[in-house]
Amino acid sequence: MTYALELKDVSKSFGLVHANKDIDLAVSPGSIHGIIGENGAGKSTLMNIIYGMHRADKGTISFNGQQVDVRSSADAIEHGIGMVHQHFMLVPTFSVLENVMLGSEGGLTLSEGRATALERLTHLSTTYNLEVDPHALVSDLNVGQRQRVEIIKALKGGAKVLILDEPTGVLTPQEADQLFEILKVLRDDGVSVLLITHKLTEIMDITDTVSIMRQGEMVGHRKTSETSPQDLAELMVGREVLLEVTRTPATPAEVRFSAKNLGYTNSQGVVELEDINFEVRAGEILGVAGVSGNGQTQLMETLAGMLPLTTGVINILGTEVTSADATSPRIIRDLGVGHIPEDRHTHGLILDFEARENMILGFHDSELAGSGKLFDYSAIQQNCEDKMAHFDVRPSNPRLSAKNFSGGNQQKIVIAREFSANPGVLLVGQPTRGVDVGAIEFIHKQLLELRDAGCAILLVSVELDEVMSLADRIMVLCDGQNVGIIDAEKADRSTLGLMMAGQKAEAAT
Amino acid sequence: MLDFLYQTLLAFDATLRIATPLMLCAMAGIFSERSGIVDISLEGKLLSGAFVAATVAALTGSAWLGLGCAILAGITMSLIHGFACITHKGDQVVSGVAINILASGLTIVLGIALFKRGGQTPSLPKEDRFTPIEWWGVEMMDSVPVLGSIYRQLISGHNMLVYVALLCVPLTAFILYKTRFGLRLRAVGEVPQAVDSAGISVTWLRYRALILGGALCGIAGAYLSIAQGGNFVKEMSAGKGYIALAAVIFGNWKPFTAFFACLMFGFLDAVTARLEGYELFLIGEIPSQLMQAIPYILTVLLLAGFIGKPRPPAAIGQPYHK
Repeated sequence: MTYALELKDVSKSFGLVHANKDIDLAVSPGSIHGIIGENGAGKSTLMNIIYGMHRADKGTISFNGQQVDVRSSADAIEHGIGMVHQHFMLVPTFSVLENVMLGSEGGLTLSEGRATALERLTHLSTTYNLEVDPHALVSDLNVGQRQRVEIIKALKGGAKVLILDEPTGVLTPQEADQLFEILKVLRDDGVSVLLITHKLTEIMDITDTVSIMRQGEMVGHRKTSETSPQDLAELMVGREVLLEVTRTPATPAEVRFSAKNLGYTNSQGVVELEDINFEVRAGEILGVAGVSGNGQTQLMETLAGMLPLTTGVINILGTEVTSADATSPRIIRDLGVGHIPEDRHTHGLILDFEARENMILGFHDSELAGSGKLFDYSAIQQNCEDKMAHFDVRPSNPRLSAKNFSGGNQQKIVIAREFSANPGVLLVGQPTRGVDVGAIEFIHKQLLELRDAGCAILLVSVELDEVMSLADRIMVLCDGQNVGIIDAEKADRSTLGLMMAGQKAEAAT
Repeated sequence: MLDFLYQTLLAFDATLRIATPLMLCAMAGIFSERSGIVDISLEGKLLSGAFVAATVAALTGSAWLGLGCAILAGITMSLIHGFACITHKGDQVVSGVAINILASGLTIVLGIALFKRGGQTPSLPKEDRFTPIEWWGVEMMDSVPVLGSIYRQLISGHNMLVYVALLCVPLTAFILYKTRFGLRLRAVGEVPQAVDSAGISVTWLRYRALILGGALCGIAGAYLSIAQGGNFVKEMSAGKGYIALAAVIFGNWKPFTAFFACLMFGFLDAVTARLEGYELFLIGEIPSQLMQAIPYILTVLLLAGFIGKPRPPAAIGQPYHK
């Protein structure tokens, strides 16, 4: 049979790094084909090669049995490939129609092609249920609508292969379901859909076939009906993994950390957090769920002292901090708060510094750095060696620059540093973003151990599965507001999904 | 009263003459900056254009050849800028400043080498320059009070390049908002990734924007040395490129608002020249340096957010990496 898309022996290196090595891939027409792999497994590189954004070093690409040379996106589009990128490729100051026209304007002046483009747009949006106002500015659209514009853009030239790179990362579960319905209609219409994801549930739910990548190589092809999440996870990681975290019930004690009427308004006058109330007890994890960009970052940063409060009071182990008090990460840390920042590259580590120097960031005045005014490098070295051994950081070389560790090991360095200060309260942001499955398992175990040792933990994550498997109670943020706090036992995906879209807890259940 | 009107008319007339190179350079800046390339090198391109126009006109005796070569000179400078910051992804401000220094030095050195007049070019006879064009019916309109003088002073009696500059403004707006090239140009200055993924070359698009800008700067240069003036004097651009850039920012990167900013800056300049030595009621004599600094002060206030909100193209200053 002829495949809609066939890759043979495709390789691509960036310098010494083999991003893709001898990749084979075959996608049947009218099917949904999943590509799964951990972060950095080479999925995005492969898609960029198919779409002409990168050029393969060797190997062949065929569409409908015809070998083609894809040198640019323009070539790919011509061959009927459409792509929805992970980061949207939309011009926010343009209208939906202008974004759709870009690249296929239909003439030297815009007036010539406008009517046909509008017609095409309306046709696509009615056929595939991609509802969107053609004349709205993209900057006024929400994330789900923007994605629909991206899909219309990808389909406008009559694409026969549609690539979606991590399309659900920014969607609520309900929006994701809507997207999947659209994909099914497309499949039934004969379009081949390539779905790139690192979420096993998505693969199991929607794909017909699946290919698994690990460290730049294709390690397996499966029919979805003949495989299991366990099987896929093992292929992804290369060894057996525990998908479910074993968790004992929490034994919450006294309130250690609370916020009352917390609000934050940014320098442009935009209210980013409003009336947030919660308390976290010793020995429990309060999870914060929400679609990315709904105030999680601001919440973490106000609590950690990186941003000033506009309103409200935070109570940290009995000490009250209000908007009138000067705060800084230093003051908050001295009150007994540990902080694992969301963005470890910007706020957690100094990438060009050695691991041992990163291991004492924020603790320069403590005995970890030496007792005198000067740094005691043998103490710093010793401290780093101990922690690397304890937290299984690999390679265990304190002199290596932070940037040379993998995502998971970088995160372990941050965790080792923050955990060993024995914080009474721990703020954790996206602990497993860009971290391999093996390290995720380890990090989750460490967080639960710290909880059982009596720490009060606030966990922010956009991975709903992570919040659900670790947290004892879950607070949902939408548009900078607290939609509600529910017990983790009572929480299910659909309830949380509705809350993430802004429906109050009572209404959602 | 009539005298006051006449003085005002003369001030507006001067405004137009002063604003002409500003308009051309501002439109050049809009093309470049809207494509995502910071164009601090307007000044250098303007100066090169002025030098080449005067030199070629002096050597060949043809204003038209002078104009053509000035355009080529502006484009050449643009291509250097593009080579540094599009092809090699260098820092756009550094490259722009380098071009300004290069133009400043090169025009003097070449001027001395060619003409041995301390960096000046020889004065051009009238027929080798672009001279004022008298419109049809000026004599007839003279008999009409007020309107007659307006027609003679303000509308008629400018050299061709002034009208070219005035035409450039709606033309720029048309290209930017009504054409395929304009749509892509605006997109590449906001989200170059979107342009790339639509199968359009970011590099070529930005080069084209710079080439257009270079050509317009070349025309502006020719205006200075072979239309408004009759020879090239060293450093004769005298900061007009920077003022034009200020007008671009002041006009929020839009052709018509930038045009009005040019007129405003030109008017300030025209008034300054007329106010010199005059004691104003209650204020006294205003130092001309203060007046000259006003465009810059206004731009700083604008950028600091005191007058409305400037919204620069989102991707400006960032080289495009795949």
